[in-house]
Amino acid sequence: MAAIAVSTTINGDNVEYLCQPDETLLDVLRDRLGLTGAKEGCGTGDCGACSIILDDRLVCSCLVLGAETEGRRVETIEGMAHGDRLHPLQQKFLEHAALQCGVCTPGFLIAAKDLLAKNPDPTEEEIRFGLAGNLCRCTGYDKIVRAVQDAASVMKGA
Amino acid sequence: MRYIRPLSMEDAVGQLAGSPGTAAILAGGSDLLVRMKGGFIEPDLIVDIKAIDGLGEIRETAEGFSIGAAVSCALMGESAALNREWPGVVEAAKLIGSKQVQGRCTIVGNLCNASPAADSVPALVAAGARALIVGPGGRRTVAVEAVPTGPGKTSLAKGEIIEAILLDRRAPRSGDAYLRFIPRTEMDIAVVSAGVNLTLDEHGVVKSARVALGAVAPTVLLVEEAAEALIGRKLDEAALERLGKVCSGACRPIDDKRGTVEFRRKVAGVLARRAATTAYARAGGK
Repeated sequence: MAAIAVSTTINGDNVEYLCQPDETLLDVLRDRLGLTGAKEGCGTGDCGACSIILDDRLVCSCLVLGAETEGRRVETIEGMAHGDRLHPLQQKFLEHAALQCGVCTPGFLIAAKDLLAKNPDPTEEEIRFGLAGNLCRCTGYDKIVRAVQDAASVMKGA
Repeated sequence: MRYIRPLSMEDAVGQLAGSPGTAAILAGGSDLLVRMKGGFIEPDLIVDIKAIDGLGEIRETAEGFSIGAAVSCALMGESAALNREWPGVVEAAKLIGSKQVQGRCTIVGNLCNASPAADSVPALVAAGARALIVGPGGRRTVAVEAVPTGPGKTSLAKGEIIEAILLDRRAPRSGDAYLRFIPRTEMDIAVVSAGVNLTLDEHGVVKSARVALGAVAPTVLLVEEAAEALIGRKLDEAALERLGKVCSGACRPIDDKRGTVEFRRKVAGVLARRAATTAYARAGGK
């Protein structure tokens, strides 16, 4: 199979890579670009651990081909903090201990960031529905929901 | 395997028709990539249709709406006009998958995946939606119920692509609704589903009706007898009773881990009644 040359934007940087036609964006991020924050949980769009934002849409990077991002805008967990300054969601996940093993966490953070961008003041129910595409098998979801609520109030005040 | 991203329908159709091996159309990829990952298909050619002009748009025309094949269900959910005119179609589209899947999945993909349990299809069938098909022989328009022919199978010929789903402009006093049963609260596959679309006269009497059931037969069922049970009446208890009975009787379900035949029959009647009640209220019926 001939490799495809792709030119795209990832976390604000212009990035060029070669990928195979059947290679997912998740594999490109992890194996070719060293961006290992997005995780492969299921590989079939059920668990949300590979969540990224593609042109302002929350998607599973396991359900996107690497070849599809030509000329588009990709945001991953690696672009969430500014240097040493954590995003309020990251800070609140730490404070609320909203993670244990951490495999689901990048996906939850990206999904929560997308949720708050579209709905800055969500109800608990809206948070639970909004994050239903992300599975956590350690903490249960209460701490995650509380961290998102707390981050939302911090971000509103900012 | 080759991946191409044509810029025109003509090019896409030509590439698909001229492909010697197996070819797959890629829009949202939420079915295609899962099947590729599982090893169920290994296409020689993937035709990504998202760069084709207009396919990512919902257009309001004189006749109604044209929903392009690359329009995500999330975008449908954000369309105020579509929500106002076809709330049942939108609520069905919004039930497909998680937020992540919503950002990618399309109703054309849902239709062409040809699952008997597809959420958007009963709502589209009830709505009388049509599929605009472009192929080597030109353009044709068919009722959406003519597209799936059985689980995983469609009536599309080699080289044909559905360009858009067409919905009519609404007559006054019209409403539609879609309901499904799942054992969870969200993100699951329908065990039974029902779509109902009604137009009333000025006295609240049902003038026209379409009732469709999902996940109770190899393809979505358009139940004409159920529509007849409603037409010419207000939506009183007798009409609802008859609707439920007819829908239960029309089912040809299978027994599987998600539901028994008996359960599916019963629930089909219940959901049809509830969807009809919602559609009636949306049409302004009292």
